[in-house]
Amino acid sequence: MSGTASTYVPKSRVAKWFEARLPIAGLVHSSFIAYPVPRNLNYFWTFGAILAAFLGIQIITGVWLAMHYEPSATGAFNSVEKIMRDVNYGWLLRYAHANGASMFFIAVYVHMFRALYYGSYKAPREVLYILGVVIYLLMMATAFLGYTLPWGQMSFWGATVITNILAAIPVVGDTIQTLLWGGYSVGNPTVNRFFSLHYLLPWMIAGVVVLHVWALHVTGQNNPAGIPIKSGKDTVPFTPYATVKDVFATCVFMILFSWFLFYQPNFLGHADNYIAANPAVTPAHIVPEWYFLPFYAILRAVPSKLGGVILMFSAVIILAFAPWLDTSRIRSCNYRPIYRQFFWVFIGATLLLGWLGSQPPEGGYVLAAQICTAYYFAHFLIVMPLCGLFETPKALPGSILESVTGPGKQVSGSGMPAGAAAAPTTQG
Amino acid sequence: MANTSAAASAGAPPEGSRRDFLFLATGAALAVGAAAAAWPLVSSMAPDADTIAAGAPIEVDLTPIQDGQIVNVFWRGKLIFVRKLTAKEVTDMQAVPLSAMIDPAAFTARVKNGHDQWLIVYGNCTHLGCVPIGHQGNFEGWACPCHGSQFDAVGRVRHGPAPINLPIPPYAFETDTKIRIGEGGKEAA
Repeated sequence: MSGTASTYVPKSRVAKWFEARLPIAGLVHSSFIAYPVPRNLNYFWTFGAILAAFLGIQIITGVWLAMHYEPSATGAFNSVEKIMRDVNYGWLLRYAHANGASMFFIAVYVHMFRALYYGSYKAPREVLYILGVVIYLLMMATAFLGYTLPWGQMSFWGATVITNILAAIPVVGDTIQTLLWGGYSVGNPTVNRFFSLHYLLPWMIAGVVVLHVWALHVTGQNNPAGIPIKSGKDTVPFTPYATVKDVFATCVFMILFSWFLFYQPNFLGHADNYIAANPAVTPAHIVPEWYFLPFYAILRAVPSKLGGVILMFSAVIILAFAPWLDTSRIRSCNYRPIYRQFFWVFIGATLLLGWLGSQPPEGGYVLAAQICTAYYFAHFLIVMPLCGLFETPKALPGSILESVTGPGKQVSGSGMPAGAAAAPTTQG
Repeated sequence: MANTSAAASAGAPPEGSRRDFLFLATGAALAVGAAAAAWPLVSSMAPDADTIAAGAPIEVDLTPIQDGQIVNVFWRGKLIFVRKLTAKEVTDMQAVPLSAMIDPAAFTARVKNGHDQWLIVYGNCTHLGCVPIGHQGNFEGWACPCHGSQFDAVGRVRHGPAPINLPIPPYAFETDTKIRIGEGGKEAA
């Protein structure tokens, strides 16, 4: 976008006429065709495209599901069963939408891992990164709202637990809760407005994605070496190199999606959600969807209602402060021997929190969750600032080209990309 | 304001000019207009007239309820436990010292005067709203399956993370065997 001047030259008279009035072809050309991409990108850099694909899948299947879904306390559960049994390919639409949400979160977690490992959050990409955190928050809200819509037992009690979390907010909590419920408890008005909001938020995600891509094209992509582009030899054009690689990675990811969709469509769900909502009985073992489990474990690790809620939200919000908490000038963990070890402990603690979140809140599980929660926050508040001050980083390669070809070697021709096509596999 | 000083230096009218007034008045109209437009949007999300009307008081006949039994009723869509305490439970609950409680409340504050056997409380855990299971836990009352809170036989929280006791809805005894939930005030006898 505005980061690179468009080299697009319209050929036909019609194209010239249109380009002079709305230069959208030039925008697309400079953003997705001529756009220079670091030649050392590895497959972690394909997850942006995978995420875009899943936003599209979720919106399309969602719009079609909405043609058959009935957002009411009495009709929701039955209309979902009708979609499964009576609507042509309704099972496919619903399973694709439900499993698509999980795939969306798998992809976003890989994408976030990439950003944290390779230091993509550091200057000058702070705004780009924070927009990503905003998208993640919107995704969480959308996923929660969507999970309530089938109006099964997990839907109903998930809605009850989460809206009660909001009631813990001092002073205005009760008012917010009543406005969300539209009554004195989770009921018909609640499912109706949750459907409306579930339909709204994906478009807000799409809007922030446009800003995210815009910001990306202003600062340029980070890369596994974490060093800036110095010359044209460091880059290859987006099309065909990144385009084809992104599409290939998306196809491979679709195999995982298809396996869940066609062979294990209920593996990531909960059997309790096939029981219609009953406000008099809570399921014996209530847990959120897998992608919320680390935060659920943090919520339960604190023996105080308000304290747990504050810590849970802080665990997400603190991500947005990473650009300023990390004092190191080196971006990529590949060149940070000390921080890299702490980083893997952080990943381990987060995964362990996820597992603990699925266990009952008793005895040793609670203590383990408290230890992991302490490390989660210590990583951001202590390790990130201090490591940057005391760590001696490894020597950085002289250029992106050098990180691919090795020091001192030259590539024949200017920006000859023959080596680049094979090189990314040697990184990361 | 920045534009005032700039305008003044350019020989435009001095402070307090008509332009200043228009600037402030337009800004104020915009702010008030935006707030006025937002109000109906927010207000429409509150419980509507139909929902409020459906919250009329309900009557519960107590005669079929046996000693120790817990009956679920709904008022305004909220679950309410009607529990007939056994004589032992009454004695035990009266004997609990206030110092043993998270949210101290005397036995007499949990039941109506002269109706020691009857406990009427909201049935959602005060932590995150799950329904605690009756006759479970260590306090002759309820245990919540979600996050492990425990309540005693008169709904006082005895084990966290729930911060407060199960609240008592407004209700009153019409006769010794009939209550009316939805009116009567929390502490009215």
